[in-house]
Amino acid sequence: MRTISLILVLFAVWLLFSGIYTPMIIGFGIASCIIVALIARRMDVIDAEGLPFQLGPKIMLYWVWLLVEIVKANIDVAKCVLFPKKHLRPSLFHSKVTQKSDLGKVIYANSVTLTPGTVTVDLHNDMILVHALTEGSAEGVKSGEMDQRVTQVMGEA
Amino acid sequence: MSFFTVTAIAILVSVALALFRAILGPTSYDRILAVNAIGTKTVLLIAVVGFMNGRPDFLDLAIVYALMNFIGTLAVLKYFKFGSLRGGLSRSHGEEK
Amino acid sequence: MELLLDIATWILMMSGCFFLLITGIGLLRFPDIYTRIHAGGMADTLATFLIFAGLALQSGSTLVTVKLVFIVAFIFVTSPTATYALAQATFVAGLKPRLDGFDNSKAPKNDSNAKDEA
Repeated sequence: MRTISLILVLFAVWLLFSGIYTPMIIGFGIASCIIVALIARRMDVIDAEGLPFQLGPKIMLYWVWLLVEIVKANIDVAKCVLFPKKHLRPSLFHSKVTQKSDLGKVIYANSVTLTPGTVTVDLHNDMILVHALTEGSAEGVKSGEMDQRVTQVMGEA
Repeated sequence: MSFFTVTAIAILVSVALALFRAILGPTSYDRILAVNAIGTKTVLLIAVVGFMNGRPDFLDLAIVYALMNFIGTLAVLKYFKFGSLRGGLSRSHGEEK
Repeated sequence: MELLLDIATWILMMSGCFFLLITGIGLLRFPDIYTRIHAGGMADTLATFLIFAGLALQSGSTLVTVKLVFIVAFIFVTSPTATYALAQATFVAGLKPRLDGFDNSKAPKNDSNAKDEA
């Protein structure tokens, strides 16, 4: 079931990238999509992690929220670059992760890294080690808002 | 002067600054960081130059370069961390040295 | 209409250039490797997004816009992974960050409700 949906997704991407629509080229496209899907099936990577359809539309809302956070954090880091003496307060601290699945943990850790001003240095079982650039960005991770939102997206709240 | 030219010049200046970091960088990790940053800026530069010449086909090259940059950075980091390219990227604290 | 699009493109791409130059300055100016990682991450996120948004306004044709969206998505997925790998390799290699501020890495408990410290 997931293999067929992978073929459909791959073919949609192929159609968008190609731009040339003659029967022979489209035939090659279909053939390569099927071969890739079969190899992926043999590698056993088509599962809930490799093709996370279960996240659904909730992750789109999360992306919009994340984009706003990224803009805010970028302005903070830009201030930090221009006036390092005033704003630069690096810190390294542990923070708790409430997601249970590996996929949720990875989404959370990557979101923390994607937001400038905080970088995930290490991911233990349910603890992440975060390096933060300013006190404000450190508070942002410690308050756990992003953590709760990721847990909500994963449906593990 | 169109905005493409101005953007391309800004990207080149930024690449030059990152290159200084790659030359100065006290540790090898600084150099990898600079190389990764230059790679991202190269993707931007390819796209902007493609638009500047009116050939958006350059975007295909930008896609490939974005993926190559990622794989290259990971490969170099794995080599630095484990000393060889064999084995998985799993955690191995304590086993080192 | 054409003029409006051009003005929007100017604004988007110039703010992207601003963040790119800030990134370059930050890479040179920050004191140690961990803080430099933050500066490098800025180019990966907002600068890329702004410049590609400006290009998307200029592209017009739909397939090119789709490709631009795909490049931004690739970069947004791959860049934190590469950054995490770099930060972790640095940490495992034993480089200690310079902490001029507070350091509570030795007390890794009750961090999730540490708001009362503020």
